[in-house]
Amino acid sequence: MEAAGGRVSNFGRFWLIAGYAFLYIPILTLIIYSFNDSKMVTLWGGFTFKWYGVLAEDKEVLDALALSLKLAFTTATSSVVLGMLGAFAMVRYQKFFGRTMFSAHLTAPLVVPEVITGLSLLLFFVMLQRAIGWPERGMFTIWAGHTSVGMAYAAVVIQSRLLEMDKSLEEAAQDLGCKPFQVFYLITLPMIGQALASAWLLTFTVSLDDVVATAFLSGPGSTTLPVLILSRAKLGLNPTINAIATITVAVVAVGVMAGSLWMYKQEKRRAAEQAAAYRDG
Amino acid sequence: MSTATTLIDKMVDRWGRRLVIGTPYLYLILVFSIPFFVVLKLSVSTSNDGIRFEDLTTFNDWVFNLTASFQKYRFLLQDDLYLNTYGSSLKFATINTLICLFIGYPFAYFMARSPVSMRPVLLMLVSLPFWTSYLLRVYAWRGLLDDSGTVNSLLIWLGAIDEPIKMMHTAFSMTVGMVYTYLPFMILPLYANLVKMDGRLIEAANDLGAGPMRAFWLVTVPLSKNGIIAGSMLVFIPSVGEYVIPELLGGPETLMIGRVLWDEFFANNDWAMASAVAVTMVILILFPLALFNKYQTAAVGRGTA
Repeated sequence: MEAAGGRVSNFGRFWLIAGYAFLYIPILTLIIYSFNDSKMVTLWGGFTFKWYGVLAEDKEVLDALALSLKLAFTTATSSVVLGMLGAFAMVRYQKFFGRTMFSAHLTAPLVVPEVITGLSLLLFFVMLQRAIGWPERGMFTIWAGHTSVGMAYAAVVIQSRLLEMDKSLEEAAQDLGCKPFQVFYLITLPMIGQALASAWLLTFTVSLDDVVATAFLSGPGSTTLPVLILSRAKLGLNPTINAIATITVAVVAVGVMAGSLWMYKQEKRRAAEQAAAYRDG
Repeated sequence: MSTATTLIDKMVDRWGRRLVIGTPYLYLILVFSIPFFVVLKLSVSTSNDGIRFEDLTTFNDWVFNLTASFQKYRFLLQDDLYLNTYGSSLKFATINTLICLFIGYPFAYFMARSPVSMRPVLLMLVSLPFWTSYLLRVYAWRGLLDDSGTVNSLLIWLGAIDEPIKMMHTAFSMTVGMVYTYLPFMILPLYANLVKMDGRLIEAANDLGAGPMRAFWLVTVPLSKNGIIAGSMLVFIPSVGEYVIPELLGGPETLMIGRVLWDEFFANNDWAMASAVAVTMVILILFPLALFNKYQTAAVGRGTA
């Protein structure tokens, strides 16, 4: 049952506008000051693109960005695979040994403070390395940490899609002689495809954004972009950080718009196909 | 349901099931449970000197590690700095949760009452900041609240004040940063809950003589209990251990446990102490964590995750 809509009072409208202003004004100021020609970040000294030029020649930033993107890509992929399996386990198997523990394990990384995740995983890897000589701190250890959080996010997204999915289609395929893997490949996967895509994008962002756990897990030669930004932000205001923020916002805005458009079209096509299938069948 | 299940199909089914449950389970145990036990073990380990990186090797051998030392915990309980930090972390996390609830509940409520065609856009606008870097959004407040920052400059220009107000590196700047960061985590579960509410229940309350306020407090609020719990836990638990916001926006009086843990590890190189701080932090958030998990499991069971 959907709540009835269309009855927002003036006070309600004011509350919404003030709330959105609170959410967006800081981001807007970040963008504005990235075009500021004064070294003093807070004083306006005229319009310039020079911080973008500085950024393009900053090798430290470019290296960190490359590593961050690589990590986000691998993390998103592994998180979606593991998160999908986890979501399946929770939705399709109502009884198995340790299900409650499993569910707690799957949701805990969403909220457990990152200092704990980072510290515990790092100490574990150090102990492991002393015992068997592997792994070195670096991209692998960061990836392992990101995936533990990422799969939790992916599992939540995929779980809700699986729950609202019509199970009778899978059962019908099974009745018509499909093997379990065929059912998954031909029916389930196309139906949850959109959820997998959102989960992938979400975990990509989570990984790209992570700073605390990453700081614990990164080694000397493996600085990600957020870790670099944090170390610079600690020193004070810095217009190149504003330039990075502006680029991020631009990329996200374009990405989200393209993504919504794509999903909207998919949704429309799916609805049309379904309607056609019901009509013809 | 299924026809002619052969022995091989049964085998595939059974192994498929094991694979589906086992793979993520194994990974979580490996990267989540075992590391926590390592922390637990290190927190009760002793060493001859300041517990440096090298000294810890002696505790690698499980056989000789039967004597647990609670020295670090005793220190945690006796030192005022740590006790104050725990108190202060809980205080700021609670304040943050309450402010987020105060702003977020009406916000989610009005979102859910908006025209159906508006809702997807409103929802996207709440989650959009989440797609940009959280670190950068926290950093933005430095430019806003600095002595020579946007807010002070604006107020001076308007003639409201003559001298800049000291806002940066205070409890105020840190609280603003925390509310700003965690507000969407409060709004989203509340919205998900409120938008599903049956409008006829309010109408029934009205028909039975309850005014709008009375209907709101007696019908809407109790029915959204799960959303309130979920949102509050999503805000409270990570706030307790927050590191970035106190580091960038906090000041000397805003003691936070996450920052202490960070410093014990990175500045003091005291791994045992950092571990003990982590264990006590887990104890602090254990109850809210259980509450959150209970809600989450129930929500998944009902299909409203």
